[in-house]
Amino acid sequence: MTSVIQATDLALTFQTNDGPVHALKDINLEINKGDFVSFIGPSGCGKTTFLRVIADLEKPTAGEVTVNGVTPEQARKARAYGYVFQAAGLYPWRTIAGNIKLPLEIMGYSKADQAERVDRVLELVELSGFGKKFPWQLSGGMQQRASIARALAFDADILLMDEPFGALDEIVRDHLNEQLLQLWKRTNKTIGFVTHSIPEAVYLSTKIVVMSPRPGRIADVIESPLPKERPLDIRDTPEFLEIAHRVREGLRAGHADD
Amino acid sequence: MKSIGPVLSVLIALVAIWYGATVWMNSGWTYDQAERKGLTPSFSEVVQDTMNQKRPRLPAPHQVAEELWKTTVEKKVTSKRSLVFHGWITLRATLMGFALGTALGIALAVAIVYSRVMEMSVMPWAVISQTIPIVALAPMIIVLSSSIGIEDRNVPKAIISAYLCFFPVLVGMVKGLRSPDAMQLDLLRTYGASGITSFLKLRLPTSVPYLFTSLKIGIAAALVGTIVGELPTGAIRGLGARILIGDQFGNPMMIWSALFAAAILAGALVTILGIVQNITLKRMGMAQ
Repeated sequence: MTSVIQATDLALTFQTNDGPVHALKDINLEINKGDFVSFIGPSGCGKTTFLRVIADLEKPTAGEVTVNGVTPEQARKARAYGYVFQAAGLYPWRTIAGNIKLPLEIMGYSKADQAERVDRVLELVELSGFGKKFPWQLSGGMQQRASIARALAFDADILLMDEPFGALDEIVRDHLNEQLLQLWKRTNKTIGFVTHSIPEAVYLSTKIVVMSPRPGRIADVIESPLPKERPLDIRDTPEFLEIAHRVREGLRAGHADD
Repeated sequence: MKSIGPVLSVLIALVAIWYGATVWMNSGWTYDQAERKGLTPSFSEVVQDTMNQKRPRLPAPHQVAEELWKTTVEKKVTSKRSLVFHGWITLRATLMGFALGTALGIALAVAIVYSRVMEMSVMPWAVISQTIPIVALAPMIIVLSSSIGIEDRNVPKAIISAYLCFFPVLVGMVKGLRSPDAMQLDLLRTYGASGITSFLKLRLPTSVPYLFTSLKIGIAAALVGTIVGELPTGAIRGLGARILIGDQFGNPMMIWSALFAAAILAGALVTILGIVQNITLKRMGMAQ
């Protein structure tokens, strides 16, 4: 197992008019290559902030974090990760293929390579044949899949996802969760996934990081014993429910001192 | 096309009010004339007379329409009495000013969005510039440009017109270039995109709807600027000059027809921009 992301005594404090806000405190975590790591916790627990620190979108105020053995900034400049936000954020003036090409154009891939990659990732997210469509012609779930394709188009080993399915309904969500697992198996990426949903976290992850607020810290880290092959009905098995129970306990413990 | 009904009713109401006002404002002269001749005109005679005076205080709508017809369709476009000729003079300066003002507005907006110093120093002056009455400034611009040896009469007019039109473009573009949300900018950051790349790929396209809204205000302002620029020049050409000459020679029909020509011109320009806006935004998938 090679370590991909390593956080040591990480802390981030925002200075606001109402005094300092401790978004992250004493974060120690190691993420290995090929892990699917979920960050779960109530609002304000710092799960999104932690993801943004890994992605060099926020700077920590103390401690250290490395991505592929280098600083997040170096990793970002080396295009080490793809980031998927809660909103698909596709450009309305570009087709789906055009949107997926956006990072490729910026990173200077050749035209032929771009076209080949667009086809490949569209197939990965099951959107083959939709390349010429415009975003408004697609449903919300399909738009989010297109945005995942966009993050996969360049060769980043790490996929960071900030509540990517948070705005979608449960049925679409189930379907996308299944697809995401397939995709993870096929691509062998390391995935960091922020969510509010306990079933989603348990279903997807090899490692679940339970976080609690004020200050944002890690309450529990659960290594999932579930097999890599996960049909949707695994969610009714005792193993699944047991993990879900432990996550719930962790969340409750984090709230006890409120 | 749903708006045609309401628009027509308002138009009919306006014309009706106008006719009423024509009778009211011109009847004084009719009664004076009748009194001198020792006549007592009936009401219908008075109404008829007020609609057809040679030099009315307020010309009736049909008189203005007739004058417009005579000075456009029935005159050669090269004639000095043709409103098409004068309209073209005004339009040319307007388009020059519009191009100049738009370029200036966009350039300043880019500078302001990318530089805090520019925002602090330029923005207040841009606002102040619009509080100075243009009628006070216009003669100075004309005198200055002729004293530095610019022969072309269009140049000072275009400068005045640009002066009025750069501001809405500036304000709209600053807002437009700042309209991408934090998520969009973060996304480009994760790609390691440079400033110029995020400008071209994100900020510029997102600002297009704002640009068109500004351009529509800008072109109307540019036309007003040009007409104001024609008033104090002692110019003998252009719609502004027609208004001034009509006033000096007591020819209300000339004033009103020039006024309407200007309004029609402004309406046409705004409509053309509106059509271009619709087509562009539809093709960009940004139509509301």
